[in-house]
Amino acid sequence: MDFLLEVLVGGLLSGVMYSLVAIGFVLIYKTSGVLNFAQGAQLLFAALTFVSLVEREVPFVAALAITLGAMVVIGLAIERFVLRPLVNQPPITLFMATLGLSYVIEGASQLLWGAQVHGLDLGIDDAPIEAAGIFISQFDLFAAGIAGAMVLALVLFFRKTRTGLAFRAVADDQVAALSVGIRLPRVWVAVWIAAGVVALVSGLLWGARLGVQFSLSLVVLKALPVLVLGGFDSVAGAIVGGLLIGAAEKLAEVYIGPLFGGGIEGWFAYVAALAFLLVRPSGLFGQKLVERV
Amino acid sequence: MTDLTLSQPRQGLPAWAGRLPVALLLAVAFGVVPFVGDQYLFDAILVPFLALSLAGVGLNLLTGYAGQVSLGSAAFMAVGAFASYNFILRIEGLPLLAGLALGGVTAAAVGLVFGLPSLRLKGFYLAVSTLAAQFFVQWALTKFDWFSNGNASGVITAPPLTVLGISFDSSVGRYLFSLIVVALLTLAAWRLTRSEIGRSFIAVRDRDVAASSLGISVLRVKLLAFAVSSFIVGVAGALWAFAYLRTVEPAGFDLDRSFQILFIVIIGGLASIRGAFLGAGFIVIFPLILSRLGQALLGDTFDSGVLENAQKIVVGGLIIAFLIAEPAGLSALVARLTRRNLN
Repeated sequence: MDFLLEVLVGGLLSGVMYSLVAIGFVLIYKTSGVLNFAQGAQLLFAALTFVSLVEREVPFVAALAITLGAMVVIGLAIERFVLRPLVNQPPITLFMATLGLSYVIEGASQLLWGAQVHGLDLGIDDAPIEAAGIFISQFDLFAAGIAGAMVLALVLFFRKTRTGLAFRAVADDQVAALSVGIRLPRVWVAVWIAAGVVALVSGLLWGARLGVQFSLSLVVLKALPVLVLGGFDSVAGAIVGGLLIGAAEKLAEVYIGPLFGGGIEGWFAYVAALAFLLVRPSGLFGQKLVERV
Repeated sequence: MTDLTLSQPRQGLPAWAGRLPVALLLAVAFGVVPFVGDQYLFDAILVPFLALSLAGVGLNLLTGYAGQVSLGSAAFMAVGAFASYNFILRIEGLPLLAGLALGGVTAAAVGLVFGLPSLRLKGFYLAVSTLAAQFFVQWALTKFDWFSNGNASGVITAPPLTVLGISFDSSVGRYLFSLIVVALLTLAAWRLTRSEIGRSFIAVRDRDVAASSLGISVLRVKLLAFAVSSFIVGVAGALWAFAYLRTVEPAGFDLDRSFQILFIVIIGGLASIRGAFLGAGFIVIFPLILSRLGQALLGDTFDSGVLENAQKIVVGGLIIAFLIAEPAGLSALVARLTRRNLN
């Protein structure tokens, strides 16, 4: 029983890491209808930039500030050079554009900082601590705390600030938002910057976990089933979906995986999300955008 | 999806005139190219071009015509390749073409299964769901070595390309073999798009509610689109494995390959058979030009890693630039140019 609980808690905590990446997607999808495949590349860029600066003896806080600045510049550039010229194109075209974008960012970050693996130490001990008879990774707890804080900040931002209000208006109805004088390009810049910040936070956490290297950009593939499950446009869905996928994946890995000789984590999350969607096509919290056929 | 209208016959010209360029191209491809081309042209350019074009045609039926986005094309290519390989290996005396067809049928069956979510999902939800096929198939082919006849890393080697006692194993032979298969299947796909079925694909894409009120069974059309598309993509995968690479492992059919096929369709133009060929030509030739150019301009001053990353940036940038400049694809560009010349 303890073992089951331990697996479950471990899964839930790794699910938090998935949620972190998924939130970046949700922010952009909600306000501009773009499925941003470049989220993984942004995450890689942020982590790589930060770790390279720290290795060059730049103080922690300064490195963080510089990386943040870089993410802001990237957000501005994306809006100006990719989104604005492609306005009113079908979603699939925009998706393709973000694929192109992810090539550009991946290539640029490796050209800039090299392709070797960097270790990233955030100064958090990864030793497991014992609580109520089960072992929990301290780092995972820390990550969960950060994720919680970030979600709280996002919720406050959406509810309490004017920009957040504009975000919600645009997400609700772009034309109506335009007609009350909200400047769409500005909102898009802001939302891409926000996604950049999310990419930075999740990049640092994932980087500390896996090492900062190219494969970091592949964590998007972990976030996609979470999005399908939770709904592309729901922050709450990203959280709950992440927890569900994380827990289901770990349980399956331990209890079902051995039947197939292991290695099922590559596809299990997708199949689980699919099975769920066959029952509930709009996901957990997604708006009823997925029409019934 | 954009609402694309059905192509209209060109006014003022007889019907055969519109087909003339295609007939000419085929005549050149069969009658001239085999005699003037060299080994490099066949092995490195034309054969992969043909296989990718066919995959593009297959995906275009599903995505361009029926409006269902798939990110799992490489998985269906892999199914086609590995199924053909196993049919030919395990059934004594099975003709090569029958093996290819059976591989296609297997891919169609797998496509049907992974197309089931399309009955309840749309848009990006469906697109992401097709990734399940991508990861599952690649995992299964690597995990169970039965598929590769006991090879631990899943590598398969192509059977000899012999049809009716004629060997197609030379460079020219592989080219001609691919050309015949691609030409036949493309013709079939083109006929399909002009048939009632093709029109029902378009109807479902443009307005599914309207389609169903016309008496089109949306569910059947979607599943049919998945099956037909996967069949063609599967045969393309078998060509890719047997005629181009000769030895292939499941990792060769990874997510990047799926994206590549989708790029071909988008760059070439959605809902355009011609577009699949234009897009594939672009995707095959462009990196060759780029690496030549890079070598000529920069020489050997940079190592291959730098070159690779630079290439990535240029390719990504060009894709974006292309989508901005010509969102309807190369096919629309060609159509505009030829129309201007005719008038």
